[in-house]
Amino acid sequence: MHIVVCLKQVPDSAQIRVHPVTNTIMRQGVPTIINPYDLFALEEAMRLRDLIGGEVTVLTMGPPMAEDSLRKALTFGADRAVLLTDRFFAGSDTLATSFALASALTKIGQEFGVPSIVFTGKQTIDGDTAQVGPGIAKRLGLNQLTYVARIVELDRDANKIIVERRAEGGVQVLETRLPVLITMLEGVNEIRRGSLESAYRAASAKIVTWNAAAAGITDLTKCGLKGSPTIVKKVFAPTPRAEKAHQVPTDGLAPEALADAVIAEIFSRQPSVESDLVRFSAGQ
Amino acid sequence: MTDAPKAAPATNSRAGTKKELSEHFKTYKHVWVFIECEYGVIHPVSLELLGEARKLADKRGVSLAGVILGSDANLIAAAATVCFEHGADLVYTVTDPTLAHYRNEAFTKGMTDVVNTYKPEILLLGATTLGRDLAGSVATTLLTGLTADSTALAIDDEGSLAATRPTFGGSLLCTIMTLNYRPQMATVRPRVFGMPPREPGRRGEIIAHPLNLAEDDIVTKVLQFVADRDSNQSQLAYADIVVAGGLGLRSAENFELVKALASVLGAEYGGSRPLVQKGWITADRQIGQTGKTIRPKLYIAAGISGAIQHRVGVEGADTIVAINTDPNAQIFEFAHLGIVADAIKLLPALTEAFRKRLSVNRLAS
Repeated sequence: MHIVVCLKQVPDSAQIRVHPVTNTIMRQGVPTIINPYDLFALEEAMRLRDLIGGEVTVLTMGPPMAEDSLRKALTFGADRAVLLTDRFFAGSDTLATSFALASALTKIGQEFGVPSIVFTGKQTIDGDTAQVGPGIAKRLGLNQLTYVARIVELDRDANKIIVERRAEGGVQVLETRLPVLITMLEGVNEIRRGSLESAYRAASAKIVTWNAAAAGITDLTKCGLKGSPTIVKKVFAPTPRAEKAHQVPTDGLAPEALADAVIAEIFSRQPSVESDLVRFSAGQ
Repeated sequence: MTDAPKAAPATNSRAGTKKELSEHFKTYKHVWVFIECEYGVIHPVSLELLGEARKLADKRGVSLAGVILGSDANLIAAAATVCFEHGADLVYTVTDPTLAHYRNEAFTKGMTDVVNTYKPEILLLGATTLGRDLAGSVATTLLTGLTADSTALAIDDEGSLAATRPTFGGSLLCTIMTLNYRPQMATVRPRVFGMPPREPGRRGEIIAHPLNLAEDDIVTKVLQFVADRDSNQSQLAYADIVVAGGLGLRSAENFELVKALASVLGAEYGGSRPLVQKGWITADRQIGQTGKTIRPKLYIAAGISGAIQHRVGVEGADTIVAINTDPNAQIFEFAHLGIVADAIKLLPALTEAFRKRLSVNRLAS
């Protein structure tokens, strides 16, 4: 079975700094990582492969340096890596991104076999939209399973898959037909440490690199800025609140005395909290 | 949503671009809210959105409509009444047996059919697992723009929807617009907006639309729905008191101090994003832009620095109490009450002081 995992190279967001004067992003030297949510998708794909056989291809769209993340995925144990890179993709929003990735997935199907499952992470840590997975599914007509916590059953003869999906207030158990697009929930597995063998292989592996034309994209108006209906009107730092926090004096106070002072402040600001608490404790 | 890293320069050539809206899209009018109604219950986020969308509709001088998809005509009629009482002028309904449970295929078809027939200029959805699953499919089908997890919505001078959201892992805010396509779509997390007041007796018009989909045409089947036994998932967002911890607590063991205080107060507990990454708390306890947005009466933040990603998730709280050893921590910029102290020492003292005070009150009553 052929499984494709879409992943994204993202800046390690904890380390992003904003220039205090110009409010622009200081990106120099910011390390990049594989979007952490995508690792759960990659591990699940490799787990299925190990169980029933087949191949895992990882696909990313990004600048040439996104190759680093693909090599990392090969180190973890992916079998093949495809990099989709072209200046025409620059400035893509989620609609344009899903077009480019869906085109590349079609090409991957022609070159290496049609995937039965396409995985993505739940969302990325930089864009945080959770929109690209559903976008790909819609464009390719794949059955869409989002926020999947567990793959319960995979029956290749019947072309059937059963999953548990995290829904509002509960878990949906869904059955559908392959091929599917699955966005994997976080925390559902643990990414393996790559073997020494796969590390060697990854270091010298050839990354399949496609530009728009090589991926079979002829309509460039659907790519990048041109293909993006959303427009970033402005980027700005939030305005500080006029009033900063009222500081409770702490000088020389023991924690007990300080706690009493804090509680007195809270109750004087929010008398209803005190009456709520009294009611709550009376009901205990 | 535009891909964050590529949206970097505010001087982006795209910024300010405005083409003339095509004649076809000029016929798109009115503001719509998708009403999430599962198992007979309207998700509060849908009503919160009606409240905010009412302001947008008034600014545009257009009507506000809700869209309800489901299988039970009585439940849908009851839900429509609730929508009218929360500000809707119209409710579009799609009633069909295939809509008994949420499934992407059936809901996407229902939603896109209604949009293509009645043509709204703005379509808002709650950023729940259901709303996000649906919004991405609907926007891709309609080939229009969608902004995820907006924290502020406004109408600009030219009458377009300006949706603002944090970007770059929450260090900056960006305003995103869909100028040349309709509808302009956005999702908003629960509790970003408050609940609008209910106006009993307020009425509106119901417009029913058919689905024209047979069960046999739908590939995906719901085998089972297992409701959460631990319903804390949704309680955090709607709790009156929330106590949360951050990396300033230094260890998972110290996080127990947060739980202890929450327990005395009958409060929910949560934490900042790094705690989820460290495995100190589960993802459903994360507070902030990518976790839960909360609007409690009282929010106590212990050892949380207060990055924007956290700030936008708690700004709706009536009273924010911040405990941090760093007097320059960002959280003091938006907290109401600040205590420069080590939370590890202060939390147990607070727990004990609250316990004493409440037991005295209990004896008195």
